[in-house]
Amino acid sequence: MIKQSTLKPENAAFRETVPAGEYFLKVVKTGETVRILDLEGNQAADTLFYNAHNPTERYSAVDTIREQGNVYLTAGSKLMSSENNVMLEITADTCGRHDTLGGACAAESNTTRYALEKKCMHACRDSWLVAVTEHEELGMTKRDITHNINFFMNVPVTADGGLTFADGISDAGKYVELEAKMDVLVMISNCPQLNNPCNGWNPTPIEVLVWS
Amino acid sequence: MLQTAASPYATPLYDDLIPGGSHWSFIMRRGHVLRLIDETGGANVGMLMYNPENPLERYNMPDTLKNQHTFLLTKGHVLLSDMGRVFASIIHDDLGWHDTVAGTCNADLVEQRWGKKTYQEAHNHYHRNGFNSFLNELAKYGLGKKDLTANLNWFSKVKTDDDGNMTFAEGHSHAGATVDLRFEMDTIVVLHTCPHPMNPASEYPSHPLRYQLFKAAPVTDADPCKISSPEATRAFANTALYHLMQ
Repeated sequence: MIKQSTLKPENAAFRETVPAGEYFLKVVKTGETVRILDLEGNQAADTLFYNAHNPTERYSAVDTIREQGNVYLTAGSKLMSSENNVMLEITADTCGRHDTLGGACAAESNTTRYALEKKCMHACRDSWLVAVTEHEELGMTKRDITHNINFFMNVPVTADGGLTFADGISDAGKYVELEAKMDVLVMISNCPQLNNPCNGWNPTPIEVLVWS
Repeated sequence: MLQTAASPYATPLYDDLIPGGSHWSFIMRRGHVLRLIDETGGANVGMLMYNPENPLERYNMPDTLKNQHTFLLTKGHVLLSDMGRVFASIIHDDLGWHDTVAGTCNADLVEQRWGKKTYQEAHNHYHRNGFNSFLNELAKYGLGKKDLTANLNWFSKVKTDDDGNMTFAEGHSHAGATVDLRFEMDTIVVLHTCPHPMNPASEYPSHPLRYQLFKAAPVTDADPCKISSPEATRAFANTALYHLMQ
């Protein structure tokens, strides 16, 4: 569902551009709104959320889709934690659909999806591993890397059980906005994938904005 | 079913029945088959998988689905780890559709849908839930909440319409329905027989699982799972590399 935001970027308390291939890590407090903005179009923002006070509670793709009875995320979707609590709600969305079934690319999944010799190419799960390794204070490791949201990605499921990759619903300036229902740690890998059209073979920056 | 007298799948090495609403775990060794049998019809078997040598390697739902361009699991599919390898191949399936996207039931869900039944009141018929059942078994391997991932739901079907709305298929599995999983790596198999979280039944669904173990027939280069897709073939190559020095 397309729903515009009423928030103005010039009023944001926080703005940061995240280049392709980089990670983003920030706590967003209860009641704050975070916007992820696709600056140049067709970028994939692979995102994980954790309870900022207890990262063993984290975004759960399967609990989220089951509780809302729908496999796609858009305005109105409530993002559920592994402990059955609402973490965030999508309050605005100019893209209309986001994927949470396709997961994030990894060096290892690049070998199976594309070619064995792709094993050293950059991937989202590597970016998250760098993020948790560079932030030892979080006490997080590979055990915390779980199934994520792919903002701006369209992965349609067919009635007969097929899974297809139909990108191209995002564009420059499209965004998704979420209101935090608990203090959440936001961890984004701005996808470096070079092997499929999700980024148009040209990974580009995103911008993250937060309103208090 | 693969049960001719000459077949290695005629006489099980082991045969066991797990009651409904229970949990269990064991290590499957590579080169063996785990046969899951829905003894009464209507079963749901929640399953998670880990590498006993390094439990940080675990079953990965997104990688399994996207590598095979599928939303359902059935014969011919492989179950992938997050490290690009094959835990198990589905070499036989009577049902054509098993779920891996709807997760598992938790204490709140079970109580809201089927009421609370305590152990003191109901003994072995008390209402257990999949989330706590998984945690109970995971703890036996030093694992915990951080290790929970999207699980498999054998014998259950969840389909979607064109708008992505999900529906649980009632009456999907029949008595005797069988799935055969051939393990390509040593694997910690964690399972429960708690209800599927979307099952709308008015009474707590409690259906046992019969499971059997067999020595697998050798995997040839023409194996249907191995050649089912270029992605599966590469996952088998990664798995062979993992075993290169064994």
